[in-house]
Amino acid sequence: MSLEKSDIDKIAWLARISISEEDTPNYLHDVSNILELVEKMNNVDTDNIEPLAHPLEITARLRDDKVTETDQRKHFQEIAPAVDNGHYLVPKVIE
Amino acid sequence: MYKKTIKQLSSALQNKDFSSEELVSSYLQRCDSHNSNLNCFISLMPETAIAQARSADKKIQNGEAGPLTGIPLAHKDIFCTNGTKTSCGSSMLDNFIAPYDATVVTRLNEAGMVTLGKTNMDEFAMGSTNETSFYGAVKNPWDTARVPGGSSGGSAAAVAAKLAPVATGTDTGGSIRQPASLCGITGLKPTYGRVSRYGMIAYASSLDQGGPITQTAEDAAIMLNAMAGFDERDSTSAEQAVEDYTKDLNESLDGLKIGLPKQYFDGQLDASIESVIQAGVKQLEKLGANVKEIELPNSELSIPAYYVIASAECSSNLARFDGVRFGHRCDDPEDLTDLYLRSRAEGFGKEVKRRIITGTYVLSAGYYDAYYLKAQKLRRMIRDDFRSALEDVDVIIGPTAPQTAFKLNEFIDDPISMYLSDIYTVSVNLAGLPAISVPAGFANELPVGMQIIGNYFAESRLLNIAHQFQQATDWHQQSPVGFD
Repeated sequence: MSLEKSDIDKIAWLARISISEEDTPNYLHDVSNILELVEKMNNVDTDNIEPLAHPLEITARLRDDKVTETDQRKHFQEIAPAVDNGHYLVPKVIE
Repeated sequence: MYKKTIKQLSSALQNKDFSSEELVSSYLQRCDSHNSNLNCFISLMPETAIAQARSADKKIQNGEAGPLTGIPLAHKDIFCTNGTKTSCGSSMLDNFIAPYDATVVTRLNEAGMVTLGKTNMDEFAMGSTNETSFYGAVKNPWDTARVPGGSSGGSAAAVAAKLAPVATGTDTGGSIRQPASLCGITGLKPTYGRVSRYGMIAYASSLDQGGPITQTAEDAAIMLNAMAGFDERDSTSAEQAVEDYTKDLNESLDGLKIGLPKQYFDGQLDASIESVIQAGVKQLEKLGANVKEIELPNSELSIPAYYVIASAECSSNLARFDGVRFGHRCDDPEDLTDLYLRSRAEGFGKEVKRRIITGTYVLSAGYYDAYYLKAQKLRRMIRDDFRSALEDVDVIIGPTAPQTAFKLNEFIDDPISMYLSDIYTVSVNLAGLPAISVPAGFANELPVGMQIIGNYFAESRLLNIAHQFQQATDWHQQSPVGFD
């Protein structure tokens, strides 16, 4: 399966990472090579095999419906790039 | 005093041969004089270390000391440490002061250990050479023109150079065992879920596992006693009770059944590595073990399955780095989309972006079944291979890595070759099994590690075998010139 430049543009957009025009050929080359490496998987018959998402096949635990987190907003806001009055600031999204 | 194992340091502290403050100061001095050369540490924490040492000394004075009280250690910079920079080797988190402690950090603090600093690592633990770090490559103390391995390269090099008696690491596809092998020390990856992942920055959540990087198997057992255990803050933490991992160290190996996978010794393995491993196995036979050949028929598929699953999980986990609540934000974003696109482009390095792009692709509409689901099916086959092999034998032994330490820059533009070097380690993460790498000899004057893989939660057995091997050999006592 060989990738096109437009595939890299599309995936980079999905991943929300901007890739410059000059870097795109490098990603195209590297990701194509990685996909070629993993193509080997297709030689294996897995028709009757169930996918394994987790090595120990554990099920999610339930806990009591109680608040266990403490309020650390001040602490967390100290390391944020831009805050105001307890809010996290981003560029305007609604005109 | 820096030549001692943590077992020996503990006795010396209890006997008041020296204080924890003296011990910690001496390590901080060694870190100061060697770090500019080796680049093991991203942050050194002299002030908090001395304060922790003083409080440990009080506990020792009052007779309240445990086996780890007053012993210095280094944490891989993937573990959150409250109030200290936790960068994960990335420019994305260069300004990130962790607002809480990882459970591993809390547990080791409670055990009275003293944190010397945070060690260098491949960016977000993605790499096998430590060269993907934003803070530059770590040098291997055995040959400073070579890499220490990765991703826990700073931790491994620090222990090998005796800048710390012990360190923490994490292992997603070999990141404890491979650098331990390349640096001539001991590294244990416990069973998936044995050590809490809370506060350990996620790379691939179904594979990530923390563990100790030590001078000896005995030290690894002492460390695991403090690190292991159920944690309700980690949704995949194992609820299995913790044992005393030192209790079986001195058991005899008489009757131990060792399996050697045919696929690991298939003629492609470098002869000098193979002869070291074969000699190690002979040594275990002398100690009473029986050896037979076994099959792990799907081993070769572990690299493709791993790189699909790990990339997919990484693309999802690293979506949180969006420049909004913490971490790097680009200057003057035009709008929210521009903020995401540029913050992530600037904050992540090349290898991390490669894996995010690959992971996004294999999870994207139309490709999910062909790549991600297919890889998960192979994951079951690989796990089942181990399961059936371990019905027949107690442990599986082979090399940890197919080569000794690479030269710096050897793989920098060749990710595929770097990925292929993970052949013996990634399958163990896919299966979730515990494994330990112990020094077993040298090839071309560089250390070679032997990997011992055990059944789920059989850490005590692995540590017993590794300890008995180290009682009969002195490979783990060899030191790189200039650091002895």
